[in-house]
Amino acid sequence: MSRLLRFLPLLVLAAFVAAVAWRLGKPAEEEIRSQLVGQPVPAFALAPALPGRAALASSDLASGQPRMINVFASWCVPCIAEAPLLMELKRQGVTIDAVAVRDRPEDIAAFLARHGDPFDRIGSDPESRLQLALGSSGVPESFIVDGRGIIRYQHMGPIEPDDLPAIMREWEAAR
Amino acid sequence: MTNHSSFPRRREPRFLLGWVPACAGMTICLLLASPTFADSDLPAARWANQQLPDARQEAQAKALMEELRCLVCQGQSIADSDAELAGDMRALVRQRIAAGERPEQVRSWLIERYGNWVSYRPPVEPVTWPLWLAPILLLLAGGWLLRKRLVRRRG
Repeated sequence: MSRLLRFLPLLVLAAFVAAVAWRLGKPAEEEIRSQLVGQPVPAFALAPALPGRAALASSDLASGQPRMINVFASWCVPCIAEAPLLMELKRQGVTIDAVAVRDRPEDIAAFLARHGDPFDRIGSDPESRLQLALGSSGVPESFIVDGRGIIRYQHMGPIEPDDLPAIMREWEAAR
Repeated sequence: MTNHSSFPRRREPRFLLGWVPACAGMTICLLLASPTFADSDLPAARWANQQLPDARQEAQAKALMEELRCLVCQGQSIADSDAELAGDMRALVRQRIAAGERPEQVRSWLIERYGNWVSYRPPVEPVTWPLWLAPILLLLAGGWLLRKRLVRRRG
């Protein structure tokens, strides 16, 4: 018995090293997904992000038709990479609304003039309040909300060409 | 990123002559370059870095901020982080506490959105029982080992 006990520290060490090696080889998921997928969109009403442009409120989202909410910012570099793919989604019939996080009207206008404007409505979120209410942890992110105002899908990070089929599938499922 | 291949292998005077202006040039480039991880130009939210006038509410908010995890700089609390989103989270905590919410209500509002991950205080539930029991078990094990040793010495 005491012989076996003598090896106990070594076994504990071996188990510790194995655990660390396993975690190093398979890093933990760093994306923090929103827990609101499957839940109704929280009530909100944003001011228009651009003068003369339709603003965005939660009441616009339960309109019987699905809509995509794109959380973006003119100062966000990956958002530039995503812009042409949003244009493609619009071409395929996706209605996209935008939430401009911590942004200025002139900067948003310049960004849309340069990289394309796929958006229907654009709301302004100067203190990231809607972003936090949605459970979003960065820009860009996209949510698909169905016609009853339930969040159906969250895409984290820039949309890349490989993501389009999955997003179109989720879009069709939300209809 | 540093480019290791441009580093001279042998220290020869001629290399050194070119090395000094190269270093100066690189320093200037680094100073002029803007980071790729951009932040907005907007000033911090009103209550991000400003204390609440009510000292009791500020103490509650501060204690909660130290137990909430920053979403972008994972591993720091929002009280410690300089990230803009952490500032906006501090503003949210202060605004909600100033509006009369209890700290635990604010915490659960965030947990509803981000999961238990966002809070540094793990809830007591079956999944976390080992976490709460481990210190007690380790203390008991330590006491048992110590007792064995003391008894043996006396004998």
